Amino acid sequence: MLRLPNFHYHVPESLAEAVRIKKDLGPLAMFVAGGTDLYPKMKRRQQEPHHVVQIGHLEELQGVRRLDDGSCRIGAGITLTTLAGDTTLKRDYPALAEAAHLVASPQLRNVGTLGGNLCLDTRCNYYDQTYEWRKGISFCLKKDGDTCWVARSSPKCLAVTSTDTAPVAIALAAEIELVSTRGDRTVPAGDFYSNDGIRYLTKDPDELVTGIRLPPPNGWRSSYVKLRRRGTFDFPVLGIAAWIRRGDGGTDAPVEEARIVLGAVFSEPVLAPEAADALIGRPLSTETISDAADAMYKLAKPMDNTDFLLSWRKEMVKPYTKKALEKLIG
Amino acid sequence: MSEYRVIGKPLRKVDATDKVLGKTLFADDLIKPRMLFCKLLRSHIPHGTVGKVDIGPALAMPGVIAGLIGEDLPTTFGILPISQDEHALALDKVRFVGDPIAAIVAEDEETAEAAIHLIQAELEPLDSISSIDQAIRTPEPRIHDYGAYGNIHKLVNLEFGDVEEGFAEADHVREDMVFFEGNTHLPIEQHASLADWSPDGKLTLWSSTQTPHYVHKALARVLGMPAARIRVIACPNGGGFGGKSDPFNHEIVVAELARRTGRPVKITLTREEVFYCHRGRHPILMRVKSGVKKDGSITGMHFQSLLDGGGYGSYGVASTFYSGALQTVTYNIKRYKFDGARMFTNKPPCGPKRGHGTPQPRHALEVHLDKIAEDLHLDPAEMRLNNLVPPDSVTANYLKVGTMGLGKCIEKVIEGSGWKEKHRKMPHGRGIGIACSSYLSGAGLPIYWNSMPHSGVMLKLDRGGGVAVFCGSIDIGQGSDSVLAYVVAEVLGIDPFDIRVVTADTDLTPVDLGSYSSRVTLMSGNAALQAAEKARELLAQAAAEKLEVPSGEIVFADGRVFWASDPEKGMSFAKAVVAAESKFGTIGTVGSYTPPRSPGQYKGAGVGPSPAYSYSAAIAEVDVDPETGIVSARKIWIGHDIGQSINPMLVIGQVEGGVYMGLGEALMEEMAYRDRVNIVHKTPSMLDYKSPTTHEMCEVETYLVEDPDPNGPFGAKEVGQGPLLPTIPAIANAVYDAVGVRIDEVPITPEKVLRAIRAKEKGKDPRIGPTKFPEPEWSEPLVVPPPWEGGDGKPVEKKEVAG
Ligand SMILES: Cc1cc2nc3c(=O)[nH]c(=O)nc-3n(C[C@H](O)[C@H](O)[C@H](O)COP(=O)(O)OP(=O)(O)OC[C@H]3O[C@@H](n4cnc5c(N)ncnc54)[C@H](O)[C@@H]3O)c2cc1C
Ligand code: SF4
Repeated sequence: MLRLPNFHYHVPESLAEAVRIKKDLGPLAMFVAGGTDLYPKMKRRQQEPHHVVQIGHLEELQGVRRLDDGSCRIGAGITLTTLAGDTTLKRDYPALAEAAHLVASPQLRNVGTLGGNLCLDTRCNYYDQTYEWRKGISFCLKKDGDTCWVARSSPKCLAVTSTDTAPVAIALAAEIELVSTRGDRTVPAGDFYSNDGIRYLTKDPDELVTGIRLPPPNGWRSSYVKLRRRGTFDFPVLGIAAWIRRGDGGTDAPVEEARIVLGAVFSEPVLAPEAADALIGRPLSTETISDAADAMYKLAKPMDNTDFLLSWRKEMVKPYTKKALEKLIG
Repeated sequence: MSEYRVIGKPLRKVDATDKVLGKTLFADDLIKPRMLFCKLLRSHIPHGTVGKVDIGPALAMPGVIAGLIGEDLPTTFGILPISQDEHALALDKVRFVGDPIAAIVAEDEETAEAAIHLIQAELEPLDSISSIDQAIRTPEPRIHDYGAYGNIHKLVNLEFGDVEEGFAEADHVREDMVFFEGNTHLPIEQHASLADWSPDGKLTLWSSTQTPHYVHKALARVLGMPAARIRVIACPNGGGFGGKSDPFNHEIVVAELARRTGRPVKITLTREEVFYCHRGRHPILMRVKSGVKKDGSITGMHFQSLLDGGGYGSYGVASTFYSGALQTVTYNIKRYKFDGARMFTNKPPCGPKRGHGTPQPRHALEVHLDKIAEDLHLDPAEMRLNNLVPPDSVTANYLKVGTMGLGKCIEKVIEGSGWKEKHRKMPHGRGIGIACSSYLSGAGLPIYWNSMPHSGVMLKLDRGGGVAVFCGSIDIGQGSDSVLAYVVAEVLGIDPFDIRVVTADTDLTPVDLGSYSSRVTLMSGNAALQAAEKARELLAQAAAEKLEVPSGEIVFADGRVFWASDPEKGMSFAKAVVAAESKFGTIGTVGSYTPPRSPGQYKGAGVGPSPAYSYSAAIAEVDVDPETGIVSARKIWIGHDIGQSINPMLVIGQVEGGVYMGLGEALMEEMAYRDRVNIVHKTPSMLDYKSPTTHEMCEVETYLVEDPDPNGPFGAKEVGQGPLLPTIPAIANAVYDAVGVRIDEVPITPEKVLRAIRAKEKGKDPRIGPTKFPEPEWSEPLVVPPPWEGGDGKPVEKKEVAG
């Protein structure tokens, strides 16, 4: 069977200790929370840290808390099962709870965390393979090789962002809390990712995600839909997160603000202002939804590195955008 | 059948408690003192010659004990005597990515794994072949230097009556082409083996195998040692489905390493390696042409199959014959012609998967018939009902059909599903489809020619009343251990859970050929029945003597042996054993089973005959989303002619399992390779090789049709494989009913469905499927006139064609 390589396992007692260990050991160390992404990757030698620093238990990473200004703070260490089942979140931020609920399978959600999900490695079916398999194709740009098999002339890796919660975090204008030995800071979720399959996070490698902050739920609405082969277990091959705020006047009021995010197509979840523009200033209707879906369709350029034919995945952007937006009618 | 006390009752399996409690020991659970671990170095190229393989650097690593290369085990092996084309480790050539080259054994698995990376293997790449079409077009370089010609492994051409005449007689002639993609078994348990060598020079191999007897033979051959010194114990299989029916490289390698090191050696394959062992469903490109009368009766059929065999022979020759054999046992076919060709390609070898060689042609046939029914404006269910093969008949290709319950199966599913109100009557996007099938209850002939029994059972009765059943059969989850206990319990009137079942150990148990071809219930069941009846006879005689009643009037029931006319007059079963042992000495009996001879006398007639055929009819109702092409099964109604269920709960379990597997094949499973990137397997993992989960599984309504077959134990026929077959075409036909598109290519993925829907919207041909049929150079057909044309099952010289 596939076995984990030997590694040193650190269980820091405090956040300060955790970031210090990481700082001291540099690239040789990686954080781990639920390990549902990292450990399988270590078995396949996609990631080869000599040191693994457990962070899931740290106090600062726990809990779902409503803050005085009405915003909400979610610890990065909470499991997806908790996230998906939290009644406040289900009421105020249903898209996020839904996205968490659609991750992987129940067993994996019981250990997988929000932080791990936000930092999830990008995926590609030339890369998510064992060492032996990858050796057979002389490896690829992302790890141990120098060709991208998906686009041989591409100078950069096109591996796909496959996290379900990140598109929602961006749509909800979440802020990501980061801590390192240099102190803490927050970044908008939209700036946390970069369209590069290898350096897909903009944060410094030694920065730890402690939690996210969600703006107060002031009457806006959100949704998330996911496309995958099977009803469980599978990573998204397309994720659409939508957020709208209408003016006064009930469900027929024009949309004043909107954010629609395309997940699982590029190396980062992509905010689509063109799709939002199709909605803004008009009431949400079949027509505006259809225009927004067209805009999303134009934007999407899937590559041949996930399940399904890429042409079909592109086709699906329209009906799935519609599905996401239709959930916001009424 | 209510007089049975055990047969026909939904009892639990005899091994259920152990399995549920996690106590069952699978091969990978076995641990021996001083055990070593083995890892294989596998080829990274799809085709090449093997130069020097230097394991020196690996052997130098601390913790490494020994290693092997191809030259250490130069004798070939293979499941069929006619395709002994495998080496335990590549000797001269590698033929697919994953072909084993060298083995390392070390103190632990991590060390063995690290060491294989130090092996220096010189491989010289050769041009490779990745498809049927390419194999036909590319005779050189040959992947093997045997076979029909070029890269064609096997050609089969059989003609039963003049099909051209049949087409001339027909009111309507239709031709269809269908492609069925390959898929794999995906058992939960990865293959594992443990070999041990005793100081007195005996070898024991524990392995997750469905065929311990064939592994036994292969070990003797390759290791060059007497079979008498080799013991093969098949561990309970965590699923097999045909994927553990060949002797495998890793089994031979650990045996040899145990011999060399004198220590136990274990190997457990990774999931990826299981994909390389494969032996799964052959991709087959098929062309079928039929002539039919207005009522749908078939005047002639010409069926052609082109099989993508992968890198080795495996069961492939049999698969090739099977892809043409069972078309004839469901509907009357007056004249039948079959052409089959199997190609070698540089992919993991294909072999038997549930339904072995028959689900693909069955699929093509049932979709073809659906189209014919539409051409003729007939209800496809009625058309099938009106053209059934009669019971107790012989088909055009000389298969002897006994009981035949397909008609009842069709009637059950028509009624249960509300077919008449639904077919062609439901709203756009919802559809219903029907298909039927048949399968063997065990192959009529063994894999190697011999005239010995196919299954043997020994029974040992203990003075305390204990009964032990010894049989070579292996329980792969299908319940064969339970069947042995039920059969013996029924005959001896005892509790099946009091019986000890000892199976699949070549030292202790008489030969059973293995858990393949749905043979075990019928064959080992019959052998057990015979052994039990012999024991019963001895006990009856002794008990009758004691009770002073006629021995013919002795009854065995509820753990007692008593006089029919006065049940008070009797004794416990244990007392009856004591009486018998006092009278006859130690009580042990044997039973064996050999299938009846089949009427076919032509070359190839060995593939297809069976003591009894099971029949199934399925109706599938599906939803097809016209915007996405996504197909979801709503419900499947399936009727299965089981003859007599030994245990209806196990039968229904097999039906549902078969439907589930069929659903996966129909909708998503495929062995996909990157043919431009070294022909690597695209998704050799449980996550990325898509197989349905409980979310995709639909409700299944099972109807068991029981009409005991005289050849089965208590009338039982098979259920392990048959019910998979109609599921796939029923879904394809339902998709057509739902959205009016034909996807003549399995799996029926959303991409294909949507493409066809879009084509239909644009007024183009709403069909996705093959349009070209590359022709190999066929051989002269063997001509065998069907029985009704005066044939006697033997081939004749083909008549000279005038002009
Ligand atoms: C079979 C399978 C199916 C899956 N399906 C899905 C799916 O459908 N959708 C989906 O989104 N994911 C899926 N996953 C991936 C994974 O299970 C989830 O993304 C999960 O949320 C990861 O969280 P974790 O805590 O287990 O991450 P870990 O494995 O612990 O960590 C993942 C990565 O994030 C880093 N990291 C973790 N926490 C932090 C932190 N607080 N700060 C900084 N870095 C951190 C780690 O160093 C590592 O690189 C699947 C995984 C498997 C094995
Ligand atoms: S996109 Fe290219 S470089 Fe990135 S993982 Fe896939 S093959 Fe490798």
